[in-house]
Parts: sequence; C-alpha cells; structure tokens
Amino acid sequence: MLLIECPYCGPRAELEFRYGGQAHIERPGPYDTVTEREWSDYLFYRTNPKGEHRERWLHAAGCRRWFNVARDTASHRIVAVYPMGTTYTMEKSQ
Amino acid sequence: MTTRYSALSLLREGLNGQRGWQPAWRDAKPKTRYDAIVIGGGGHGLATAYYLAKNHGLTNVALIEKGWIGGGNTGRNTTIIRSNYFYPETAHFFEFALKLYEGLSQELNYNIMFSQRGMWMLGHDRHGMEMLHRSANAMQLNGIDAELHDGASVHAHIPGLNTSPRFPILGGLNQPRGGSARHDAVAWGYARAASALGVDIIQNCEVEDFLIENGRVRGLKTSLGTILSERVGMAVAGHSTVLAAKAGVRLPVSSYALQAFVSEPVKPCLDTVILSPATGTYISQSDKGELVIGAGLDLYLSYAQRGNLPWMERAAAGVVELFPAFSRMRFLRQWAGIVDIVHDSTPIIGATDLAGFYINCGWGTGGFKAIPAGGWCLAHLMATGASHPLATAFGLERFDSGALIDEASASGIAH
Repeated sequence: MLLIECPYCGPRAELEFRYGGQAHIERPGPYDTVTEREWSDYLFYRTNPKGEHRERWLHAAGCRRWFNVARDTASHRIVAVYPMGTTYTMEKSQ
Repeated sequence: MTTRYSALSLLREGLNGQRGWQPAWRDAKPKTRYDAIVIGGGGHGLATAYYLAKNHGLTNVALIEKGWIGGGNTGRNTTIIRSNYFYPETAHFFEFALKLYEGLSQELNYNIMFSQRGMWMLGHDRHGMEMLHRSANAMQLNGIDAELHDGASVHAHIPGLNTSPRFPILGGLNQPRGGSARHDAVAWGYARAASALGVDIIQNCEVEDFLIENGRVRGLKTSLGTILSERVGMAVAGHSTVLAAKAGVRLPVSSYALQAFVSEPVKPCLDTVILSPATGTYISQSDKGELVIGAGLDLYLSYAQRGNLPWMERAAAGVVELFPAFSRMRFLRQWAGIVDIVHDSTPIIGATDLAGFYINCGWGTGGFKAIPAGGWCLAHLMATGASHPLATAFGLERFDSGALIDEASASGIAH
C-alpha cells in the first residue's frame, strides 16, 4: 500500500485517495480544426509507461484537493508530489 | 516414442516405467526467417500459433516468449470461462470461445479439465435484480442459455450461502455451461499441439526492437538474434503498450494490477462459480480443493505483479459475508497479473498503422475465457490480412469512429 504525501495534509494511506489518471492532458483545439485522430487521442489514448508516470490524485477522504504525483509504475516509488497547474521535470528530482 | 495420450498409451507407458514419453513440445532455437512470428507465449499467443498451423496451413511459424510459456496472466488468472456478455458482437465472440473450449481437450489431445459447473451472478437488491433480468434477456436474444433463479432457488443450489447476510440474496443468474478449466493445461495443450504441427516455441527470447522498412515490419531484433518475418502478431496483455511503442504504435491501453489468491486446499464444498458484483466477491473451488478468489483492480497504473492489501481485504470481506463457514480458512498464495484495460472493456484484435503488425490485447480482467477465439481470430487476421467476421468490430478504428462496444457498463464489469 502506498503512503502518499498529500501536500496539504501530510502523509496518508492510499485508501484515503482517488486516482485521477494521467496528468497534464490538454484538450485539443480550436474545436473546428480537431481531427478524429486528435480527438480520439484526447479521449482514449493515455501514456502507459513502465517507469516514471505523472498522474493526478485526489485526497478524497481528507482535504478533497487535487495534486500531481510523479510515480514509478514498476516499483511504485513516489518520486515527487507537486501542485496542480505546475509542471515537474526530471531535473527537479536530481 | 509415445506422443499421443490415450488409455492404451497410458497403459503401455505404465508397464514401460514411463520411459517412452516424448517431451510435450520442442524447445526450439530461432531460425533466421519465418512466415509468421507470434510474440507472447500466453494462452492467446499459443492459440494463435496453433490455429495458424491448423486452420491456415502456416507451419513455418515462431512463437517467442520473454520468460516461459504460460507464466504471465495465463498462469495468474482465476480460470473462469463464461459468455454472459450484453452486446451481440462480444456475446457471439465469447460464446464461440466457450464452444471451442467445450471441444478443446479432444482437439488438442490434452485434458484441459474444463468443468462446466455453472456460473452464478447474484443480485442483492431490486436494481441488481433488474440488471440480472436484463442480462438474461440479452443473453437469450443472443442465443446463449441463461437461467434466472429467485433467492430460495439460489440457496437450494448453492449450499453454504449465508442465509441472513447483510445484503440479502434476492436472486441469481446462472449460465450452466460456464465453469473453469486448468489454466496451465490450456497453455501446455496449445503449445504441444502447435509444436506437433511444426511451430517453433522459443522461450527466454525477448523482443528488443522491430525491423521496419517503408512502413512495413520486416522482422524482430531479439535477445537470441535477428528473426525475419513479414507478419508479426502480438499478444502480450499488460505489456502491450511497452512493446507496441518499439514498433512506433500507440495503443489506448492502460496497465493495472489485478490480484487473486487461493486458500489452503479443502474437501469439495463449492461446486460452482459465484460472482457477486455488489459485495465484490468472485469465488470458485479448484480441483485441488483450494478456494480461488479474485479481487478488484488496484487503483493506479502498475507493472508490479503484486496486489494491494486493501483490495485483498475487501475481497476477503465479501467472501466471508457470503460464506461464513470460510471465515477460518487460511490463505496459501496471493499474486497479481498486469492486465490491459481499455476504455470500453472490449478486446482489440486488429491491424495497426505498421503494415504486417497485428495485435491482440485489451482483454482487461477477462482474457482467459477468450483464449481459443482470440487465437482463432488473430491467426485469421495474420494469415489472410482480413479481420475474422467475429472480430470485425474489435479493431483500433473504433476509438476514432466512436463505435465503442461498451461492455464496461453493459455487463457491469466492475473494473
């Protein structure tokens, strides 16, 4: 089970959280120029790396706030927790 | 050397000290060129290789597997076979698989121990019962037999069910031809039959890269050297996106851990398969006597083949609620498989943007029951270049056109 460091409440058990899937997805636009492939990509195609993955989490049973997590999908190790609206790059963790 | 299994050959080998048996399949080394290569030595890959040889006469075929055959999800699932789906496309496809399973022991000359002991879905409230009625009607419209039972009948058929559970059992939907089979035997039976037809089964051979020329696949670079082929099929479940990325192909697949566990073996006490979506319970008893319990999908993307404690606890709680007598059983083993989840919980069998590269994935939490049909349809696609009539709706195009087959909600697939 993961111990997740909520940026607002501190470390809590995984059970208190909801998983929000891939982070940093942008809706393509403007709407009248979007091809079927781009729309399909936006709706259904997700990154699914064996390694570091950036994803959204919600502290559902706590502060009910969203935040981003960079986590390794093979080891489950959480590399970084960072606020919504910000980005995270590998350099930051080094 | 004795190759086929029969009462006579068993007797002869018994008298002969079992010295004449030939290995079930040849452990082959790769040749430089094949007419077709199948990546992935699980049930779907092995079935594909077998049907390429059997149905299409392609015997110069290699099946390559990173580890050992049947060591992935084929060896990690809860071995339930059923075809209680909602939409015609999926219902017909899974029913075809079930029918192939019914004749598979004879077909492969290998006892897959398919036991059609029935498969029950339980309803615990009015809405659950409405869904079961709807499922039963859909199944019967698709030509699949289904029985609806009221609560008293469910209790009469399944001894040991809690008579006063917190969530009362109002009724159940039984598919009498559902059941379970021995997972390893399915993999080994297909491997043995494919090998006998000339297929090379190559284990410990990892795909490192795809050889691509002018948008066509030309072969594979593997840990055992370069293998050339104009036709490559892939059936690697949870690792589909990782491998397809090497071919420059993106897939709408996400990988999650799905866990299962078994109890210590006990005498026969449960002679059917029970699924109770509302309490999160999926339980059957293996021929060895272990209770086989499937849990829910973990919360997040994962390639770690281990499950999470909260989900194990939830599944165990559901089992104890339905069968109080099992509360003192001890667990023997727990594990997880990495499953390939797609948005609509309907498989993908189709061509890709890379010519000559075909895929079989997206089985999510229910690939075992589909093995014969998945292999049949991928073999058809690889051999003819055209989709099998049963699988025309399962192509990648559906994600562009929007023609999804939403079994995720229609069949109430919980994950």
